[in-house]
Amino acid sequence: MNTSPKRKARALLLCATAFMFLCFELAAADPLVFSDTGLEARYQKLTEELRCLVCQNQNLADSDAPLAQDLRLEIFEMLEAGRSDEEIKTFLVDRYGDFVLYRPAFGGNTLLLWLLPSLLFLLGLMVVIVSVRRRSKLPADAPDDFSN
Amino acid sequence: MITRLLPFLIFLLLGALLAIGLTIADRKTDLPSPLIGKPMPEFSLPVLGQPAVEVTRAELVGQPFLLNVWASWCVTCRVEHPVIDALAKSGQLPVIGLNYRDEAGDALAWLEHFGNPYALNLADVSGRTAIDFGVYAAPESFLVDAKGQIVFKHIGALTPEIIDQEILPRLAAEAQP
Repeated sequence: MNTSPKRKARALLLCATAFMFLCFELAAADPLVFSDTGLEARYQKLTEELRCLVCQNQNLADSDAPLAQDLRLEIFEMLEAGRSDEEIKTFLVDRYGDFVLYRPAFGGNTLLLWLLPSLLFLLGLMVVIVSVRRRSKLPADAPDDFSN
Repeated sequence: MITRLLPFLIFLLLGALLAIGLTIADRKTDLPSPLIGKPMPEFSLPVLGQPAVEVTRAELVGQPFLLNVWASWCVTCRVEHPVIDALAKSGQLPVIGLNYRDEAGDALAWLEHFGNPYALNLADVSGRTAIDFGVYAAPESFLVDAKGQIVFKHIGALTPEIIDQEILPRLAAEAQP
């Protein structure tokens, strides 16, 4: 009849998928109601580039930690009160330090953090240029050994 | 010769970096607080169990104290409780509790069950004041000096070692002008 293992498995899969979507739906339910869509867009952007301090490797938008909920509410209220993005970031940095920013400000003790990748790239480029030049100076029939 | 060794040297360097990263990975309690050396933030909070009585920052300034962030739902706070209790009983430093995101009934039952080491307990039900203090999660402790400045902060459960090596020496240094 209809109760072949394949059918059962398919029905189970369907249920699981339906349940999964239900969960997504519940997780996405945000009780915050913005007075205009511009504020909501800024809220999304801010919570994505601010760190959840409790979980540390999640941003505020994705985290379910109680502190993240509190901070989201705080950001929502500051946005509705007409505060700028900079003011909101300063508010959080004053309390939690630069660590709260996923994109820390350029300068001071973050200089090395920002410049190191470019410096390493330049270093690599120099190594490549030097070794290519050295090799091109060798006669064409020289053995492929540039260790000197 | 050097060119031959270079990949190996780079490998060693990367290995050393990874080893450092791994050993300090779980030291998230070492995150510095920007509030150290700054005045304790302004607040006005009700006393736990007495919603009509509000206590402000100004009323607490004048003598050093330890502000301990705790909650009845916080498991680590139970582990920390005997340490707080011993400090309070030693009479060296009064401990003021900041009851964080808690239900008054649960918090009072918790104190009833484990004992109440706190000279005073402030109820921060919304967690708003905790944000001003840069609190991550309970338990956390702040050493506040007689001028109302935050001198030291510890994230996580206090231990007798931290009290003896970090908190009491700072308190003694504070006492000598």
